[in-house]
Amino acid sequence: MQQDLSLHPSKPLSNARERIANWADAYKLRSKRRLLLGRAFRKRKQLTEVKNRATRLAPDDILLFATVRNEHLRLPYFLAHYRRLGVQHFFFISNNSTDGTSDFLAKQEDVSLWTTMHSYKLSRFGMDWVTWLQIKYAHGHWCLTLDADEIFIYPFYETRPLKALTDWLDTHDVASFGALMLDLYPKGRLQTNIYTAGQNPFEILNWFDSGNYFIKRQLKLQNLWVQGGVRARCFFANSPPRSPTLSKVPLVKWNRRFSYLSSTHSLLPRKLNHVYGETGGEKPSGVLLHTKFLHLAVEGAAEEKLRREHFENIDLYQTYYDRLTKNPSLWCQTSSKYTGWRQLDTLGLMSKGAWI
Amino acid sequence: MRLGAIGVVVLVHQDLSRSAQAIRHWSQAGCAVVVHVDRAVTSSAHERFLRDLSDLPKVKFCARQRCEWGTWGLVAASQFACEMMLANFADPQHIYLASGSCLPIRPVQDLISYLEANSATNFIESTTVSDVPWSIGGLHKERFQLRFPFAWKSQRWLFDLSVRLQRALGLKRRLPQGITPHLGSQWWCLTRSTVSAILNDPKRPIYERYFRRVWIPDESYFQTLVRHHSTQIESRSLTLAKFDVQGKPHVFYDDHLEILGQSGCFVARKLWAGADKLYTAFPMASDTTRDSTHRSSDALNHLFAESAARGSKGRVGLYMQSRFPHQDPHAPLTAAKYTVLEGFFDLFHDFQAWLSQTTDNKQAQIHGHLFAHEAAVFAGQKTTIRGSLSNSATLRDNNPTAFLTNLIWNTRGQHQCFQFGPHDVQKIGKILPQDSNAQIFIITGAWLVPLSQSVESLAEIHAKALRLHAAESKHLALLRAPWVKAKVHIWPLSQIIANPKLQLHEILKAIEPNAKCPTTVPEINLDPIAFPAFVRALENQGMHRGLAGNLNTVKRIIAGPEIP
Repeated sequence: MQQDLSLHPSKPLSNARERIANWADAYKLRSKRRLLLGRAFRKRKQLTEVKNRATRLAPDDILLFATVRNEHLRLPYFLAHYRRLGVQHFFFISNNSTDGTSDFLAKQEDVSLWTTMHSYKLSRFGMDWVTWLQIKYAHGHWCLTLDADEIFIYPFYETRPLKALTDWLDTHDVASFGALMLDLYPKGRLQTNIYTAGQNPFEILNWFDSGNYFIKRQLKLQNLWVQGGVRARCFFANSPPRSPTLSKVPLVKWNRRFSYLSSTHSLLPRKLNHVYGETGGEKPSGVLLHTKFLHLAVEGAAEEKLRREHFENIDLYQTYYDRLTKNPSLWCQTSSKYTGWRQLDTLGLMSKGAWI
Repeated sequence: MRLGAIGVVVLVHQDLSRSAQAIRHWSQAGCAVVVHVDRAVTSSAHERFLRDLSDLPKVKFCARQRCEWGTWGLVAASQFACEMMLANFADPQHIYLASGSCLPIRPVQDLISYLEANSATNFIESTTVSDVPWSIGGLHKERFQLRFPFAWKSQRWLFDLSVRLQRALGLKRRLPQGITPHLGSQWWCLTRSTVSAILNDPKRPIYERYFRRVWIPDESYFQTLVRHHSTQIESRSLTLAKFDVQGKPHVFYDDHLEILGQSGCFVARKLWAGADKLYTAFPMASDTTRDSTHRSSDALNHLFAESAARGSKGRVGLYMQSRFPHQDPHAPLTAAKYTVLEGFFDLFHDFQAWLSQTTDNKQAQIHGHLFAHEAAVFAGQKTTIRGSLSNSATLRDNNPTAFLTNLIWNTRGQHQCFQFGPHDVQKIGKILPQDSNAQIFIITGAWLVPLSQSVESLAEIHAKALRLHAAESKHLALLRAPWVKAKVHIWPLSQIIANPKLQLHEILKAIEPNAKCPTTVPEINLDPIAFPAFVRALENQGMHRGLAGNLNTVKRIIAGPEIP
């Protein structure tokens, strides 16, 4: 069930029946969460430890978890970015990588690495593996859970490390922090500029769609479902409900009983999805700058189409891959040029909230 | 100049290395310092802290208390420390209460000179309960009337229960005689004599017994008693310490360096422990803002005000991953006022061109039918407008409310005006009347005008007319509902034909409040004789009567000079 903006204005759970339904939902979700944790426990055997440096974690270290596959090109900048923000330890699961990703990661002093050859899709897009590592290592830590093509930024990120943000969240008794996944694209065709490892991807990808996102609130999970942006405009204009979900909750103060539900779009217990103000006030939020549309996207699309590992109903997404393989241009007259987080804050794509 | 004119009491809870740094600054400026370390601090950290400060001569450590937020422990700690200060240091004429996360911003010497110049003044924010604008947790007078044996932070459930119980039973405490409750910032600077009077008051045990069970006594104990013992009070704190909308102290970071430096405040709280630049830069070696022209706390106040606005009300009309109001039926749906015109395109010849010419196109954007079945018709026939909002009908119809709120948010600063009618996708028709920013002008029956020029058979026209009329009736019913928040003007076709200038002026005023009455009006697309005949013919086919108002009056006025 979803809630549209104003069609059902202001209905606190008033009558007994609704309250009972709400409890029933909460109970079902609790069972679901336990199932997911059990599933993660069973899948632990799919992981092969390559390098475990997680024995030296300090209690307030900020951790990062990611499942990667052939991301040798994106990883140097990715690591540099998160080291600069103050991530102390990285947990990577390398899935079927063939381009030296695993070797590269194993050499990094602040990385623990596992590999697996099992199916990404059957592992809930890597979430089962990540959940297991989080059960084991993340309890009590602030954790980022990301993909290799997501660069997380938040208000003041250039001058305040992540620790400043998590301290603020701790003071305000907040355990989760939301972000919009913002697709950036180049002006011109995707393959015009070739990205080299370590380069700042936003030298090439510096355009985005600033005001075409549509949001629904999902009643059961109580999260926001944000869609839209350039992918809806260019690839899913004829089937908007299929366009990719852009809302994520990448930063969570982890507890071993937590579990992400679908990718990092929502998690359980559902109170962690309350990353938005419901009565008008803004909560602070960030943006995941999405570096998907580097030249790699074009080659990647052909491969993903064959691997069939990325969407639930893959056949519905064939045209998306087909169009991507044709090296399209996503830029339009009204695209906005990316200048920094303050611009995103002004446009309302992220918010400082009450953080001064 | 005599040094050590002030004694500083520092309450330390966490980030001990930063506290040590601050204490060092106080001490090096010649101040006597008494430090209270929260008992919750581990003994190893405490020992390291003592070792760090062992070289400072005028620093003393007092007995340790547990200081939980909002409880008596904080007051008790200040009392111990002040007693120790009075007993051990004879010099200080002022006692400054600071925390470990306070840092002097201007040179400490400036503060000392300032206090020497105001040697008898007590600086303490102290206001009567009824004057306090902030009341966090909904407890106001009740802070002083109920008992609070439970900690709000760690025993919230018991805290709430006890408050409810006392309210239900009507329990109220009696205030000790002779005091009027006052509230204010926890951080003060009092004269030696005032502190001594408060601590040596023979009735101190009575007051203590009372304040031990008051909620947040650290914001009321000294603030109340100071009124009892002194008349020379400046009701403000020398420490810059502000709270956000959730009642948590604002924290300063490296990027506040400039703003803090220019604020002119003596001491600031709280500084983030990781703010290396702040801890290097402050206290300033010499006051660069001494010629007070540079000194201004406007920027800081602006910062606090902006934070409060963002946190409580947010940016109206913005929907994003951290703002999605769905519980406030009174807030407008969109970010700015906009105008919806219905029927004008049908009635007037090239209405869009006329409206675009008449209005300033920097201030207003005139769209076509945004909710047309094929695609949204944006101004200038563009395929996307600001924010890359697409004209695709499927994208729009997937979530028409989001389309509307996006359009108005993206183009804020420019008045949006669009057409709507019974031909269009009707979903948004339910939303528009609920939005207090919508200004809707509608000519009923205007859809008859293009039909009257149709070459189709009367039966076909009749079928179409029935459909359009049904859509229009439904829409009008929504616009006339009692809960409508939009500004709605419903005009029958005949009324417009009779005097278009007046109604068009209304529309221009809705777009630009100072708009003048238009000198020209667009041409009307209507045959004065054939049209009433056409409407009569439809009515004779069985259509509802009075679709376009009273057309008998029309004929007469149409013959006037303006309209061909």
